[in-house]
Amino acid sequence: MAPRPATRPDLRLGAALVAAKVTGVAIRRLGRGGGTAAPGLVADRIDPDLLGKIAGRLPRGAIVVAGTNGKTTVARMVADVLEAAGLAVAHNRSGSNMVRGVASALAERSSLGGDPLADAGVIEGDEAALPEIVRQVQPRVLLLNNLFRDQLDRYGELATVANRWRAALTSLGSDTVVVVNADDPTLAAITGRISARRLCFGLDESDPRLRLPSLPHAVDATVCGRCGHDLAYDALYSAHLGAWRCPACGNARPRLDVVGREIVLDGVEALRLAVDVSPPAETARRLDLAIAVPGLYNAYNAVAAVAAATAFGVPDDVVIAALGRFRSAFGRIERVVYRDRTLVMALVKNPVGFNEMLRMLTTATDGLTVPTLIAINDLFADGRDVSWLWDVDFELLADGTAPLFTSGIRGPDMANRLKYAGVASERIRPLPTDLATGLDAFVDALPAGETSYLLPTYTAMLELRRVLAARGAVEAFWRQ
Amino acid sequence: MKLTIGWLYPSKMNIYGDRGNVLALAQRARWRGLDAEIAPIGLGDPVPREVDVFFFGGGQDQEQVSVSRDLQGPKGQAVKDAVEGGAAMLAVCGGYQLLGHEYRPHDGEPLLGIGLFDLVTVAGRERFIGNVVVDTDFGPLVGFENHSGLTHLGPNARPLGRVRVGRGNNGRDGTEGARHRNAVGCYLHGSLLPKNPRLTDWLIASGLGRRGDGVDLPPLNDAMEQAAHAAAMERAVRTR
Repeated sequence: MAPRPATRPDLRLGAALVAAKVTGVAIRRLGRGGGTAAPGLVADRIDPDLLGKIAGRLPRGAIVVAGTNGKTTVARMVADVLEAAGLAVAHNRSGSNMVRGVASALAERSSLGGDPLADAGVIEGDEAALPEIVRQVQPRVLLLNNLFRDQLDRYGELATVANRWRAALTSLGSDTVVVVNADDPTLAAITGRISARRLCFGLDESDPRLRLPSLPHAVDATVCGRCGHDLAYDALYSAHLGAWRCPACGNARPRLDVVGREIVLDGVEALRLAVDVSPPAETARRLDLAIAVPGLYNAYNAVAAVAAATAFGVPDDVVIAALGRFRSAFGRIERVVYRDRTLVMALVKNPVGFNEMLRMLTTATDGLTVPTLIAINDLFADGRDVSWLWDVDFELLADGTAPLFTSGIRGPDMANRLKYAGVASERIRPLPTDLATGLDAFVDALPAGETSYLLPTYTAMLELRRVLAARGAVEAFWRQ
Repeated sequence: MKLTIGWLYPSKMNIYGDRGNVLALAQRARWRGLDAEIAPIGLGDPVPREVDVFFFGGGQDQEQVSVSRDLQGPKGQAVKDAVEGGAAMLAVCGGYQLLGHEYRPHDGEPLLGIGLFDLVTVAGRERFIGNVVVDTDFGPLVGFENHSGLTHLGPNARPLGRVRVGRGNNGRDGTEGARHRNAVGCYLHGSLLPKNPRLTDWLIASGLGRRGDGVDLPPLNDAMEQAAHAAAMERAVRTR
């Protein structure tokens, strides 16, 4: 897509940008946090088209990354790859992914005249905000990573989100590439008939240890999008993702243009895999990747990033090197040394993500052997309804030996969930719901020098990070 | 003794963590030394005669259409007969609506229920979302509502209770849920039964007791359930 030239000064846009920048600086000076959304809110009042105007002037266009899980990680991978390819990138890196957060990030990386100080945009978009972000940004690449049950009080049913995405896809023309996880039957269905070019990615993994024996509880999208019959799986990797087909009408996973295989997981540390790239009318090639992020879900994220890089035409060696240097986003999985204990903190936010985390933590060591604190909040960003805890397969923890601590506003619900999962009551250690107090009580219970896991929901993660930052153990997230 | 839990449409009607209700019934039976068996009852499956307690959860709109169709005729009659014979039942949200006479959407044909409860649900314009406290014969129940259907009780329906915090059946008359014999229907997710153990035990005891023998369930240590109940109560009062 040709950039729209800034032919004459846009006074409304200029005023909005001045206001946004002043707001961002002021918030940080006042110590009120990262100032990640408020500048966009202020700017939006003055020029509601700001996002589209700036994005339209990016010379190499923008990629929008969406999905229930992994969107922050994939967006950071893509940004790192594009930067390694020599592009200056504007990116809502803090993870503030509603329309205003995106506008704030682009406003910060543009001149007061509205010209971007970047070549390309990498935009992580919230599921609910995606249609509006796509409408304004008109991305060169739209990446759809997966669609799982998540925060029903906020997003509504899975089918509702899918239908809104389907409608948003119809506005994209043939100059957009839609990079889609074809292992997800819902995403394959909504991208089946679009004007944009479709690039399908997925896994083809033969290692039986990386396959699930049957559909887990927390899945919705298991009926054929064409005829409604229950789907069958030749291989099931995670949640409802896999090599699916409909026994009734013959509908099946489309041909994969970018395929991850030969995955080797290295505990909670890292993974290796091969990615075969073979879009129509291009020479097939293979990328061997070693990445310092763990778990099968990150293998999916890496394949998604390679597919996006393909859509941008980044050379393979640049992709391999950039992903080899990749470090995960704040709270996704990180090591913090605090009071002589190593805390491995990993965000949990919905049943599928939590199940993948439990799978990773228990298969690495044949059952959970490490003391773990699960911190559950029920604020808006976490989902106010904690029912989702009953969709997570905590039964996986029943056989282990490690004590399981709980904290956060709904820590008592979490403790009760573990009891009904069959975890022995002497292993369940409810701590005070206040996270600062809970964290200290947890650390007090750990032997010095030991490693343990912290599994917080989103706002619990922010609060734990705030506590740890105030005590000098981690950097504030907006500086990362 | 064995408790048989009949789980209606586990693959179609299973949103909002309603599986927790089935887990609560099974575990609280097992902790008393009873056997517990979960019998899934899917589309086209018959209703087993030995079911002591039914659970019927909520589903996405498109799933509820096929479930409504499956319940018309002999299968819905078998569920009604079981409840009239004393079997216990918990139905939540979509399952609750399908136990009434019908659900009337904004447009299109009504979705037929089985009329176990004398109630009708009409699509509303507002979605009721949030923590709920309901005063009932089982003490205050805590849960989370998320529905736009407005349920109106008929003259032969008895409400489960009165809403202390939240919107309830229809946001107007202060009622929540319905009861008929040993069947309870309501809008409470959470999951409901794990943090409202008194209701759970009543369902187990009345389901097992339907053959006429008195069932005495020894008390359990419910400290964790009570803590979860207290946290939910506090959130309800603070957030609404």
